[in-house]
This record gives sequence, structure tokens and C-alpha cells, in this order.
Amino acid sequence: MSTTIEHHGMNALTFHLEDEIFAVQAESVREILDPVPITRVPNAAAFVGGLINVRGTVVPLADLRVVFGMERRPPDKDTRIIVVEFTLDDEPMVTGILADRVHEVTEIEAASMEQVPSVGMRWPPAFIRSIGKRDDGFVVIPDMERIFRTQSGRDAAAANLTEERHEQ
Amino acid sequence: MSGIDPIETFRQEAQELLETLEQTLLDLEQRPDDKDLVARAFRALHTLKGSGAMFGFTAVAEFLHDFETAFDRVRKGEAEASKPLVSAALKAQDHVADLVAGGDDPARGQEILANLRAAVSGAAPSGATPCQSAASTPAGAPASETRGWTVRFALPADALVLGTNPLLLLDELRGLAPAKVRAAMAAVPSLEAIEPSASYITWEVTLDGPVALEAIEDVFLFIRDDMDLAIEPLSPVVPETEEKAPAPETAASESAPTPAAKKPEKQTAANERAATSLRVSAERLDELMDRVGELVIAQARLNELAAQSREPALGAVAEEIARLTASLRDTTMSTRMVPIGSLFGRFRRLVHDLSRDLSKPIDFVTVGEETELDKTVIEQLADPLVHLIRNSVDHGVEPAERRCASGKSPTGTIRLSASYRGAEVAIAVTDDGAGLDAVRLRAKAEEQGLIAPSTPMADSDIYPMIFQPGFSTAKEVTSLSGRGVGMDVVKRTIDGLRGSIDIDTQLGRGTTVTLRLPLTLAIIDGLLVRVGDERYTIPLAAVEECVELSATGGVETRGRNFMNIRDALVPFLRLRELFSVPGEPEPFQKVVVVASGSTRVGLVVDQIIGNNQTVIKQLSRLHSGVKTFSGATILGDGTVALILDVMHLVGFGQSLEERRRQDRMGRAA
Repeated sequence: MSTTIEHHGMNALTFHLEDEIFAVQAESVREILDPVPITRVPNAAAFVGGLINVRGTVVPLADLRVVFGMERRPPDKDTRIIVVEFTLDDEPMVTGILADRVHEVTEIEAASMEQVPSVGMRWPPAFIRSIGKRDDGFVVIPDMERIFRTQSGRDAAAANLTEERHEQ
Repeated sequence: MSGIDPIETFRQEAQELLETLEQTLLDLEQRPDDKDLVARAFRALHTLKGSGAMFGFTAVAEFLHDFETAFDRVRKGEAEASKPLVSAALKAQDHVADLVAGGDDPARGQEILANLRAAVSGAAPSGATPCQSAASTPAGAPASETRGWTVRFALPADALVLGTNPLLLLDELRGLAPAKVRAAMAAVPSLEAIEPSASYITWEVTLDGPVALEAIEDVFLFIRDDMDLAIEPLSPVVPETEEKAPAPETAASESAPTPAAKKPEKQTAANERAATSLRVSAERLDELMDRVGELVIAQARLNELAAQSREPALGAVAEEIARLTASLRDTTMSTRMVPIGSLFGRFRRLVHDLSRDLSKPIDFVTVGEETELDKTVIEQLADPLVHLIRNSVDHGVEPAERRCASGKSPTGTIRLSASYRGAEVAIAVTDDGAGLDAVRLRAKAEEQGLIAPSTPMADSDIYPMIFQPGFSTAKEVTSLSGRGVGMDVVKRTIDGLRGSIDIDTQLGRGTTVTLRLPLTLAIIDGLLVRVGDERYTIPLAAVEECVELSATGGVETRGRNFMNIRDALVPFLRLRELFSVPGEPEPFQKVVVVASGSTRVGLVVDQIIGNNQTVIKQLSRLHSGVKTFSGATILGDGTVALILDVMHLVGFGQSLEERRRQDRMGRAA
């Protein structure tokens, strides 16, 4: 992913987590799946606590709720898994992301994007790339690379820390 | 073979030939009087020269020509295959490898050749060392020496099309000795039937002079496979009553060799063997393995459906497919198996050079070269073994004086061996050197803050310290070792291959480092178990037996769980606790007893489901922190199951118990 979305806007897939709208770059989305059986990985960080089978490959399943300090909940009829592909430290990475509900593919214009305010945020600003304005409210564009880098298995302790901080 | 870069093909071929050359030279150093070895080295040189010229590697060809000229003196028995000569030849071989790889340094080439020539002329039989004087045989082995030869040959019908010129062959023969050439025209068809580009003529050449048989065979080196060639020593009476040579429809007559053509039997056998193997790119094999992996998963799904439907016909087909898939899997995996000898060969040169650089005489012995391992494993083993061998030469084997002082033979021995042990391969590097000094290691480890002073530790726990990054007992850093990096590389590579390392050492007697590795990394047989609602796979190779927990009188006393299996106390771990599986244990708990190294451990599960073929999928690096699983696999119903890493699991269980014990002590205090 380039840093140009701030200049050119982005083609985004929007989805809901709780009552917030999030967006990922549409180009990085491989497919959207209905809920599949999830295999729990014991002793793994809560953020990537599961594995799923995506057409014969084993793919980690991430729950952004953990990063953004939301309560985790079991899947329901609206739950979807967004399979995204991105580059992490020069290596391609495929992972699933849980979404409460997938919304639409839409254009977010550069003009409508804003820097992340440093105060007054429910979430750690480091994990948010930008906030987009739309008619029906705000869209949070998470910084996937940074989230996955700091939350990967090695930094399970750090992940737990963030979790705790936001529960306070 | 279109679409294949001929240059690349040449490079591959050259590499193989250079390896042969290197091995032969090293053998020659051991047995300087072995004529076969000299001939083999010469053949490798000659083939390489020919194909080098053919593919436009003129620098290679020119250098090889001079190399060959120098070496020819050895072949003719004018020079001895002495140690300096072998060393010079090895250097020359390295230079050729450089040239083939694209390097070009004519000055260095000249220098190497000068050395080689000096070694050749300096090693005349008369001046040889005493132990080698018996070796000098007169020029040309008596067996291959006669007053002349009759050479009869017919080219394959398409030889002219492929660019072979019989006139050049004849010229080359004439160059060996005064020759009489006769052409047998009997097979030439009538003018209407003649194919202008085909070869019909059988040539008969009488060579009048003492020429080595090999020299004649070398003339036909590049076309030997397809042609009819008969070489007979000239009998005292030159045979005039020649029977007609077999009709030169060579392709057809290949299966009926003339009696005389049987002479180079060994070579023919080698040719046949070469014809039955073929070169396949590694990527294609990987691809094939992936497809088989997918097939195995699909087959598991079919099995499950068949079991549900209770349709006997479907069940029969599913069973048949299961059987076929299993054998296809085994065959595919076996194509990826490579004998470890290909790797061992490289180290002979390493030891040879190290021994010379450090002036420590060393015998290098290899055992079990035929042991086969997955090619990816073999590739990754090269680095760790280099480090282990260097370590043995540099730190293990003492200098000759000190060896003599301690009553050992001045020549050290390093033994590299490979053998199968169950579903593992054990690769051991053994030296008869000084051994590891636990006291010194400990002092060093304390100094570097790796262990706290006065921690009670068994010697066997101290030895693995050498694998810590940055750990080195060497007083000074040499070009070879002492930086404390090598052993760390060994550890990390072996961990990555899901293997383990054992160290066995005796002070003053020597050290053995054993690497234990799984046979394959792609597909294994697994034992599927269930804990609560979750299913896990245990590598079947690690499973010793399955028992019922209640039957073994499992007792949990003082923080350690033990069960009694045939009067042996075996510790057990409850996977339910280890993995924090929700729910209550089921009434009849089963125990899967697994072995990790010398320790046996029981894993308590709710249910043992059965065997399954397990296609190992690596976990992403998001889960690299989770060591209790070596990977994941996809089950017949499409869900993912984790594969237990038995070795790490035992370690995890131990640390868990440790913590529990400390908790209890803390509470008591």
C-alpha cells in the first residue's frame, strides 16, 4: 500500500465493528467469506487467536475489536470475514479480518480525509491512518501494517497491554 | 528441450563434472596409484573442455586445455599424483568453477597453471616420497598396452545432422598413432534410396603403435552413447579376413552389440543408468508436492462423505482412492529424497583445506552417505554442518604435538555420519579431540551473564551453552571461528527444521554433536485427537502408545503428574489445561504417550479419533510466538487442526509445572 491515499483518495471497502464504520483499501481485499469454522490457537495473542481454511490454505484470523478495545462477541448472521492481502516487512501476508457487517465498496476522496486528532479519540491514534468524512458520519481507516506488526505473535505481551489500556 | 537455456544446462552439467573432479582428486590424494581415478579425473576434464568449447565458454576451454595437458603427464605415468599436485589441481578446479560462473581473471589462471605445471614436473616418480615410490607404474597400464589396435566404428544415422564429422574423428585417431583407415561401404544403399544426410559407412582404423585404450575411447567421448564402437588389440598377425561389420543401422542394432563392443562394459552400464534418470527442476517437484497435498485433503473429505452416506459402492471407491493417494504421496515424497552423500562430498574439501591451513593432519570419515532426506532439509543442512565441522577442526582436534603428548595418534579423526532412527534422521559430527570442558564453559557463561553464578547445573545442561548467540570460549578470534556466531546458526537452522541437537562429550576424548531431523517437511502421518470440541494432530512418528488414564493409576502428587506404565513412571500433561480448553474433562480420559528425545511424556486427551494423513501448512508469522504447534493441517470436513510440536510441548509442560511449584512455594511462605 502506498502513502498516496492522502493525496488521491481511495477505493474502500467499508464495514462495521460495533457502531463504527471502518474502511480497508478495496484493492487489498481478496474475498469476503460467510462465517466458517474457526480454530482457536491456544496461547496466541487474542488479536490473532484463530485460524481459518480459505480454499485449502490456512489463514490467520484477526479481530480488530481487540485492537480497538471493543468487546469480542460470537459471530452472528451478519458476520463476515474479509480476506485481505498486504505487505508486511516486504513479505506478502494474507489474513482474515472479522467484520460485524460488510457495508459497501465506495470512493473516499482525499479532500474528505483528515489527520487523526491526537486527543478525544477512543482508540490508539497510532493504529489509525486517517479519518474520512462521509454524509452519514466518519470512516476510520486503520493502519493495517502497523497493527499487524505490533500485534503479531512475538508481541503478544504488547497486544495484551493495549487491550488492558483500553479497558480502563 | 526447447525453452531451456543451453548455457544454464551447461552450467549445471559443469557443476556436476566439477564435483566429480573434486571428489576424484580427493580420492586420488588417498590412493595416488589408482589408475582408474586418474582416468576418471581426466575424463571429467576432457568432457568439460569439450562442452565448454561447444557452449562458447572459450576461457574455460582454454584453461581446461592447459589443465588437461599438465594432468596428462600424470595419466601417462610421467608424474606422480602427489599431495602438492592434488592441491594445485584442486585450485585449478576452483578456478574453472569461477570461470564457469562468469568470473574472469587470466592472471590468476596463469599463476594456477604455473603451479600445476611445477607440481607435475616436480613430482616425477623418482622424486616421490617413500610411501609413494611403490605406486609408480610404468607408462600406461600393461593391460592397455599393445602394439596397436583395430578400431571399428559406425556412427548413428543422424550423427551428421547433429554435427559430428567422421573425418575429424579419423584425424584425431591418426594423431594418436600411424593409422590405416578403411571404409566399409556395404551398407550404403542404392542411389535412389540414399539419404544424403545419413551416415552409412563403417570405418575400420588400424592404429599401429602403443596407444592407451582410454585415449581411443576419449576420441569418441561425446558420441559414445549412440554409436557402434569396437576396439580390439592388434593380434600379432594383422587380420585380413575381416568379417563384415554389422549393418550400420545403428539405432536398431544397439541391442545386439558385437562381442568386442562388450569390452567397456562398465561404461555401458553407467550409460544405461544415466538414461533411466532425468533432471527435473526443483520447482516442478514442489508444485507436484503441493498438488498431492491438495489431493490428500480432498481425499479426506471424500472419506468423510463416504462414511456418512453408508453407500457400500461409494465406500469401496473411497477406500481405493485413499490407498492410491497414500502411495502417490509416498512416491512423490520419495522423488524429493536426496542421498545425503551429495552434501557430505562438499565437506571433504572443507576438511582438506582446513587441515592444511591449520596444519593439523586430519582424517575425514563419512558414514551413511546413502541416507536420504528431503531436499529442502539437505539444502538447509549445509550451513550448520560447515559450522560444526569447522568447530571440530578448530576447537576440537588438538595440534599434533599436544595429541602426541596425550598419547593419541597425531592425526585427528572427524567422522560425519548419517543414519535413520525411526521417523528421524540422525546426523552426527564426531571428533576425537579435546572434548568440551564443562568448568571452562561454565566460567565463560557466568562471565557473559548467561547463567547466574552458583546456579546448580548438570554438565549436560551446560554443554548446550555453546549454542547461545555470542558465546565463544576462543581466546582470540581467528578467520575460522571465535565470534560465537556459528553455533547460533546451527541452533536456529535446526530449530527451524523442527529438529533437535544432542551433545555428547568426554573431556580429552572427543565430542559428538548429533542433529536429529524429521524425515520430511511436507506430509506426515498424524494421530487425530479431541480435547473438548477442539481437535489436534500429533505426529504419529512421535507416538509410542495410547492408554486409558484410569487404568494407569495416574496420580497427581506434589505438583507433578505421573502415571504408571508397566512399572515405569511417566509424567503426563493435560492438554485441556495446557491449552485452556473450556469445559469439563470427560469421564474416560485417554493418554497418548509420545517420545521426545529420551523423555517420554503422556498427553491426556478426551478422545483418540484415529490416523490421518496430515499435510503440514506452516503457521504465518503472526503465530511465530506460539511454539507449541509446528503447523496446521486441514481436516476432511474443511476445518483447521493444529499439529502439536511434541518437543516444545514437553518443554512448555515442564515450565508450567515449574511455575505451579513456585506458586505453591510462594503461597506456603
